[in-house]
Amino acid sequence: MRETRAITVEKVLPYTAEKIWHTLTSSELIAKWLMPNDFVAAVGHRFNFRTRPMGDWDGVVHCEVLACEPSRLLRYSWKGGSDSSTSPAPRLDTSVTWTLTPAAGGTHLKMVHDGFVLPENQSAYDAMSPGWGRVADRIGDLTAQG
Amino acid sequence: MASAAQVTVVAKTLADPTRRAVFERIAREGEVAATSLVRGSKVSQPAVSQHLRALREAGLVTERRDGRHIHYRVAPKGLAPLIDWLGHHQTFWRERFENLEKLLKETE
Repeated sequence: MRETRAITVEKVLPYTAEKIWHTLTSSELIAKWLMPNDFVAAVGHRFNFRTRPMGDWDGVVHCEVLACEPSRLLRYSWKGGSDSSTSPAPRLDTSVTWTLTPAAGGTHLKMVHDGFVLPENQSAYDAMSPGWGRVADRIGDLTAQG
Repeated sequence: MASAAQVTVVAKTLADPTRRAVFERIAREGEVAATSLVRGSKVSQPAVSQHLRALREAGLVTERRDGRHIHYRVAPKGLAPLIDWLGHHQTFWRERFENLEKLLKETE
């Protein structure tokens, strides 16, 4: 059974939905706050985000616009990672949904990144697998983040 | 779900090189008695015990008692918080959301 989890980040921002929508959908602006991309706000448009390669993953996130309702809702698929069981960046087949709702003091912006499958492959945790070195490399990053 | 706190605990526990060496040895050998860990290392018995306790508390190893001996093995899901992409993405999105807010403010 595949159990999936979601990440949610939300906040009321003191701006109009139109202004936030522009920041969410302008390729140039997205590059400033998220990642370099070739986004176009049109359902069916396929695009990529590019980030730092990790392990045997090239750092490219493959996306497709799934829903686009100006100033209300934006959803795109978010696929990337590697199939290697020891990769620090396991395969992702997920989606990201942005919703904008008028709220007192501005606009309630909510991001849900959904579809994370919890790792179950025990071999992925074998500390002495080839992945261990890469996992160990990440420890420094994570500690720095923490 | 691996919380950011769990990721931090595992990361910090393994950040100590000696402790990591102990963990790697347990992983390599499958199951190791604490006594044998002390024998094969330059680290003192109390220090090894302390590292084993830290590893156990972080959920990285499990122990099995066999008479006077305690055997250790790597907990199958101990490294999950590190490998769990979720924790990474939580941090990622929190940071990007902050970037977004800054950018909105700058373009007022």
